[in-house]
Amino acid sequence: MSIADEIKEKLKEKIVDWYQHSSRRIYFSVKPKDIKEVARFLFRELGLRFAIATGQDTPQGLEILYHFSFDKTGEIISARVLIEDKKNPEIDSLATMFPAAEWIEREMWELLGINFRGHPNLKRLLLAEEWPEGKYPLRHEHESR
Amino acid sequence: MSHKVIIPIGPYHPLQEEPELFRLYVEGEKVVDIDIVIGYMHRGIEELSEHKHFDQVAFLVERICGICSSSHPYAFVLAVEDILGGEVNVVPERALYIRTIIDELQRVHSHLLWLGLAGHFIGYNTVWMWAWKYREPVLDCFEMICGNRNHYGMSKIGGVRRDIRDEDIPVLKKALDDLTPAVDMFKGAVMDDPVIQARLKGIGVLTKQQAIDWAVVGPTARASGVNIDVRRDDPYGAYDRVNWNVIVEKDGDVFAKTTVRILELYESVNIIRQCLNKMPKGEIDANIKDVPPGEGIGRVEAPRGECFHYVRSDGTNRPIRHKIRAPSFMNVASNKVAAVGGTISDAAITLAAVDPCYCCTERLIVLDKRTDKKMMNGWDLIKLSQEKTEKLRKGTI
Repeated sequence: MSIADEIKEKLKEKIVDWYQHSSRRIYFSVKPKDIKEVARFLFRELGLRFAIATGQDTPQGLEILYHFSFDKTGEIISARVLIEDKKNPEIDSLATMFPAAEWIEREMWELLGINFRGHPNLKRLLLAEEWPEGKYPLRHEHESR
Repeated sequence: MSHKVIIPIGPYHPLQEEPELFRLYVEGEKVVDIDIVIGYMHRGIEELSEHKHFDQVAFLVERICGICSSSHPYAFVLAVEDILGGEVNVVPERALYIRTIIDELQRVHSHLLWLGLAGHFIGYNTVWMWAWKYREPVLDCFEMICGNRNHYGMSKIGGVRRDIRDEDIPVLKKALDDLTPAVDMFKGAVMDDPVIQARLKGIGVLTKQQAIDWAVVGPTARASGVNIDVRRDDPYGAYDRVNWNVIVEKDGDVFAKTTVRILELYESVNIIRQCLNKMPKGEIDANIKDVPPGEGIGRVEAPRGECFHYVRSDGTNRPIRHKIRAPSFMNVASNKVAAVGGTISDAAITLAAVDPCYCCTERLIVLDKRTDKKMMNGWDLIKLSQEKTEKLRKGTI
């Protein structure tokens, strides 16, 4: 059974949307409340490697793509969540489960203003100490394009 | 309460290309905790990228790192080509080979650079001088192909910007022939030397489980027995068209990381040689004009590990999101476990073992936490490391 089928079967109640871009690039969406369970299954049970997460500001809300790599076949499986509440965006931290997520969550917290519940060490990673509170460089509202 | 002293390494230190600060918490000689502070080199490139058109971004991301300056633009064009339908369906055959040759030449010069530095920090200055001497002809090859020793400007969506001329191929082959005996020499000088073995074995160990939990990549992961390499697992360029091996070691210490890098030099030479022989004639650029809406992921095995780029396009001529993750982002964080439990004299080489590049400026001071009095500078720490090697050599410890 391919890794894609395994994920589909095990997580079928949690998957909102499934999109296979090419043979080695798979994207699926889950609800923000399910992310911890989904990540635990991908990382601990299937043994996927956590490559990185991409946070982005979209008109619908703040989106996070958690990229997991299955190195046996070269597939990248990206779990997508959309946090609609842009005023107080919050999601469970994965850093408690695997330390590899610690830095990237700190980065998304300071650049996009997403609060990661339960993060062991949520402080600035890249921005200077004198950077003003509440200004998020990767949010799009501050600029006119 | 025991007397705990903080030793800051950085933000400016010759072991690091990017300024970063390691605060070592020590009790006596032993490192009991470490605090890693980065951000000194944050230039906002992800945000900048959203304001450049696709062709410009390749040049922009090349400036992320002066050592892996082929990996970032390559990963970026792979991400865009993923939107377009995949590198292999878009890029002409000859360009795939040229991309691979540049990528591997870069690995050779980067590994030699690291080897030289590692030698210097444990007091083997001959290794340092030799490694950099043999790195020079590799940079000359780059200059011959792209006109530059370090920023190559080769990657372009849909192909490469410059061809490798027929008359340059014998010169490249000669350079590879000259390099092989040098690598033999390093292999003997480093791997068979009992003092280096005593100095590096069991130092800065990252176990396999730790490597998985911290999701480290590249030689740092392979030295801990994690068998991953993007070149084989998610092939790009011409890597699936030539024969080569992935080097994996089990011990996870500095010696294993050194072994992986030295043996990878042979594989790189081997890959370049095969590419030069098999490279077909033909076009080098597909002349891509527009990028359709969509999202793509590109990744490249940089000398330090997987370099990951994610690009989203809305059909205009600029990306609306460009996420970049360099290998050191994962590897440097793992120092939290690798350096703790070791001694101060091992800290320099342990922190350097993930190959976080090189910086020309140095500034390091050891402060007594109670008095804030200066105790030691960067050179003192290197001296401490070199003295330990010297003692091992004489058999006094």
